[in-house]
Amino acid sequence: MAEATLHTAPLDKARLLQWLQTYGVYAGVALLLVVNTVITPHFLSAENFRTQAVQVAPVIIVALGMALVIGTEGVDLSVGAVMALAASVTALYLGYGLLPALLVVALFAAGAGLANGALVALVGVQPIVATLALMVGGRGLALVLLPQLKDLHNPGLASLGSGDIAGIPYLILIAAALALLIAFVVRRTTFGRRLLAIGDSRPAAQLAGLPVRRVLIVVYVLSALLAAVAGVLATARLQASDPTSLGNLMELSAITAVVVGGTPLSGGRVNIGGTVAGAVLIQLLTATLIKHDLPPSWTQIAQAIVIVCAVYAARGRGKR
Amino acid sequence: MSAPAEVLAVRGLSKSFPGVRALDDVDLTLRPGEVHALIGENGAGKSTLIKLLTGVHRPDAGEITFQGRKVSFGTPLEAQKASISTIYQEVNLIPLLSVARNLFLGREPRNRLGLLDFARMHREAAETLRTYGVRVDVRQPLRTLGVGAQQMVALARAVATDARIVIMDEPTSSLEPREVETLFSVIRRLRDDGIAVVYVSHRLDELYAVCDTVTVLRDGRRVHHGPLAGLDRLALVSTMLGRELGEVRTEGVTKFAGDHRIADSQPVLDAEGLTVPHKLHGVSVRIRPGEVVGLGGLLGSGRTETAKAISGALPVRSGNVTVAGVPLRGGSTAAAIRAGISLLPEDRKSEGIVPGLSVRENIALAALPRLSRFGLVSEARLDRIVDTFVKRLRIKASSPHQKVGELSGGNQQKVLLARWLAMTPKVLLLDEPTRGIDVGAKAEVQKLVDELAADGLGVLLISSDLEELIEGSDRVVVLKDGAVVGELTGDDVTEDELMRTIAGDVPAPDVAKGVTTDG
Amino acid sequence: MTATGTDTPVTTASNEPTAASEPVGSARSERLSALGQQHGALAVLVIVVLAASFGLDSFATGDNIANMATSSAFLAIVALGMTFVIITGGIDLSVGSLFALGGVLAAWGARHGSLLALLLPLVVCGAVGLVNGLLVARSRLAPFIVTLAAMLGARGLLLALTDEGADTYLIGKGTFLAHLGQGTTLGLGNPVWITLALFVAGAVVLRRTRFGQHVYAVGGNEDAAALMGAPVARTKILVYTMSGVLAGLAGALNAAWLASGVTILGNGMELDAISAVVIGGTLLTGGLGYLSGSLVGVLLLKVIQNVINQIGSLDSSYQQVVSGAFLAVVVIAQTWLGRRRQLM
Repeated sequence: MAEATLHTAPLDKARLLQWLQTYGVYAGVALLLVVNTVITPHFLSAENFRTQAVQVAPVIIVALGMALVIGTEGVDLSVGAVMALAASVTALYLGYGLLPALLVVALFAAGAGLANGALVALVGVQPIVATLALMVGGRGLALVLLPQLKDLHNPGLASLGSGDIAGIPYLILIAAALALLIAFVVRRTTFGRRLLAIGDSRPAAQLAGLPVRRVLIVVYVLSALLAAVAGVLATARLQASDPTSLGNLMELSAITAVVVGGTPLSGGRVNIGGTVAGAVLIQLLTATLIKHDLPPSWTQIAQAIVIVCAVYAARGRGKR
Repeated sequence: MSAPAEVLAVRGLSKSFPGVRALDDVDLTLRPGEVHALIGENGAGKSTLIKLLTGVHRPDAGEITFQGRKVSFGTPLEAQKASISTIYQEVNLIPLLSVARNLFLGREPRNRLGLLDFARMHREAAETLRTYGVRVDVRQPLRTLGVGAQQMVALARAVATDARIVIMDEPTSSLEPREVETLFSVIRRLRDDGIAVVYVSHRLDELYAVCDTVTVLRDGRRVHHGPLAGLDRLALVSTMLGRELGEVRTEGVTKFAGDHRIADSQPVLDAEGLTVPHKLHGVSVRIRPGEVVGLGGLLGSGRTETAKAISGALPVRSGNVTVAGVPLRGGSTAAAIRAGISLLPEDRKSEGIVPGLSVRENIALAALPRLSRFGLVSEARLDRIVDTFVKRLRIKASSPHQKVGELSGGNQQKVLLARWLAMTPKVLLLDEPTRGIDVGAKAEVQKLVDELAADGLGVLLISSDLEELIEGSDRVVVLKDGAVVGELTGDDVTEDELMRTIAGDVPAPDVAKGVTTDG
Repeated sequence: MTATGTDTPVTTASNEPTAASEPVGSARSERLSALGQQHGALAVLVIVVLAASFGLDSFATGDNIANMATSSAFLAIVALGMTFVIITGGIDLSVGSLFALGGVLAAWGARHGSLLALLLPLVVCGAVGLVNGLLVARSRLAPFIVTLAAMLGARGLLLALTDEGADTYLIGKGTFLAHLGQGTTLGLGNPVWITLALFVAGAVVLRRTRFGQHVYAVGGNEDAAALMGAPVARTKILVYTMSGVLAGLAGALNAAWLASGVTILGNGMELDAISAVVIGGTLLTGGLGYLSGSLVGVLLLKVIQNVINQIGSLDSSYQQVVSGAFLAVVVIAQTWLGRRRQLM
């Protein structure tokens, strides 16, 4: 009997850890929901849920792109800068109408992603280093284009930011649609399979004849495009373009959501559901602390601790 | 002249890894000034033995006595501090640091203020290296040196740290003939200084040129040890490969059926004059449809490199590959795959399977474009393909959705075969297709190779398993040191003939000749 | 026995390349590329300074130069620590937050004397650096994520200390601390002299001590360094701690200079420091780097900023665009040089 328990104990522990890594984030979200229902007044109101969801939507959208990049064993530090760039460009071109402005934003974002992707895939620079240049320069460019906060008055943009369908804001619908789309891309497309194979074992992917460079470039372009979407939506919600502070520390929030959601930094796996839940978890945690009058400083410290714990827990996983 | 005491005595060393007994009850003794050859084919246990001696792994059983004391090293650093130094195949120094700093790292001369004394360091480094035949500016970064000179620096560092034993793991694999000579003169000097050398190499000429004694490992056991002088080359090769010369055996140990119907048409693969610096020197291989061509030779003779060069995975300096009459351009794996060449790589775990993906996704990986429309994967067609191959190759997995990393070696190999067969290739390059897989799976894979040849595929077979190579191949091209040294056809496709070709007819221990074969 | 040993030297570039030998890069081209890597930034700096001196009347004035020197000093101290971290192959994104935290701690501590005001930031920021180092070296977590978390955590700590940024502590006139930050010696601000002294000390440590050799070795090839007996973990822990201490010191001096602990400082400073280090010729992949280069990199960034500020029509955000572009160019050049080396 004693021997039997000795024998199975490490296995159970490993299994528990595995379970925690995959489902821990959902358990965390559920726990926070339950705790808040009990201790936070007016938590279970539609209004509160709407507020929380609208706040977390941009993070989710950026995290989707980040999850793809991390799936290839990379990282994209430039997402915050790209958001700021999108906000500036939107303000500059809104005069020509909403649609043309959005097209120019997409063009800028694709260019930014292309630059990142080319550095990583063609020149062979490490992802952190490659995206660092755009992280530094991108926000500068955004500020050059639009030196300070500018109020925007465009009915189309206004309804994008605050309109809703059946009480559900566009922001939430767009984030949900994008999450479903990316999940579909990962699961059902050639591109998704190739991306995972490249992240899991680059030599094997190369020898299997996969177009490794092309896939990497497309991944970074997608990440930049999604960051731009988040930037435009955040701008629409504010009814103002704020290149100075929009997207600050967004790279950190996105990486946290991805890692907390069970996608290992070592690549080869992308957990979209977990990523969404990871973003929600951080949002709920922050909201809980704020609603109980804990200052923002505490939420930052709490977030830092959550990140380190998540990365630490995911450490032994990924590569076998 | 009394015999010096042993500097190292290894008794009954054993080590198992999950599923493999890597080393089984092995003894080894080294005397000061002895140059000891350690040889064996892949999986014989050489590297495990070295790793046990240098503290990378700990033995399961047995003991190591070093200079009269029992030792147990926990880390390579401990072994090094105890004066056992290892020179690895790839130089294990720091390329960006200067030559002198590499030589002195951790024991730099210091002045009275405790600061590094560069003048002294550079002077001493230059002096030391001169005795190794290396005359360079020691202030230059190490990476500006040729590989041979870098290896000399590594050697000088090892000896300077009071090494009593120097283990050299294939030190000449990237050296020029002149550098090999210098290395040998250094080894002889070490011998005169009473330092014991363990010399691992597959180049017989070198062993005979520099070693006194030899230990042959096979399947984790010591199968021969003793002085090298007077030992017949052919005998050495046959001990290594585990085959008695002229041994009479019944046919049919493997599942190969024997002769194939080889089409008399143009070759399906024609590789001409493949040259890769330091690795291949003008290797040519031709395969006709329905033919299984074996690549023979010892470890390190260039078999894997040939397969990789053909499949575009290793850039060639010169040479061309033609598939069914169409010259292959681009030199990328993707281009080779499009032309119909499929490579089953030797290193299944790191270059073959994608461990985190499922059986289903691994099988479909290369064929994805064929199984999808507008980038969307057709799950139904994918399922059909996967189903076909899982049944045909009898892949045992709990479901097609099981991760490949969790399967047995044999089933992983079948998944890889399925990946390539799904591409309906014209040429299949099989690099050690049955290594590390169980007997049942092995027989199945062998049978499959036969069937594929019968279907008209051209197959290139690389195997360290002589039975497999001889019985499976219609023709065997023999490689040695990156060049073709012979070809066995018809009735000459026998183990004896293969071993004779590998051992070489010219017994002269001329090093320079063994390293490169010109034109 | 050793007859052939010394008679047949193995030289770098064989005089008679055989068919099988790969052409080995000549020592001269290696020296040239090293020269470009080490002094490229200096050449650009000289050109920019000359151009600015001729083009702008207000550039080469004593006041402007002294001003630039002092404002460069704080970033330079941060870049000093960053250089050590990057040479080991790591990165420290927490320095901007630690810089701000150091300033607030110094100003807060100044109420209890200058000694505490100086010690407190060094100890607290050093402790954060130590935690970074432990997580990187012992738990083997990726440096960028560890220090990114520390960046957030340190910023949180700062907000907690200042009532969410509402409080600004002032440093009284006439204290030792104020003198350290605001006083001048021989026409240059005290922070400039402190910075120069730190760089000299740093250079001695990096080039002339065993610890310095280990820093290079760990960044050059970690596995080989471990096999060669270098204390890899200890070296890493030390450089992250150093980086934290130096960021805290820079923040404290900056607060002394401004006479208050401003909470909103240091945003994006980590990026400036990294840019300066990389522009100065230090390889972001580790193993190669120059303190003098980092100093030149800082000066280059500050001079460009100064020029941009003086050209009235340009916004200061051009500075970031220029840094980003510099960074991209340098990184591409480094990667190409590195690849050429690998091929050799």
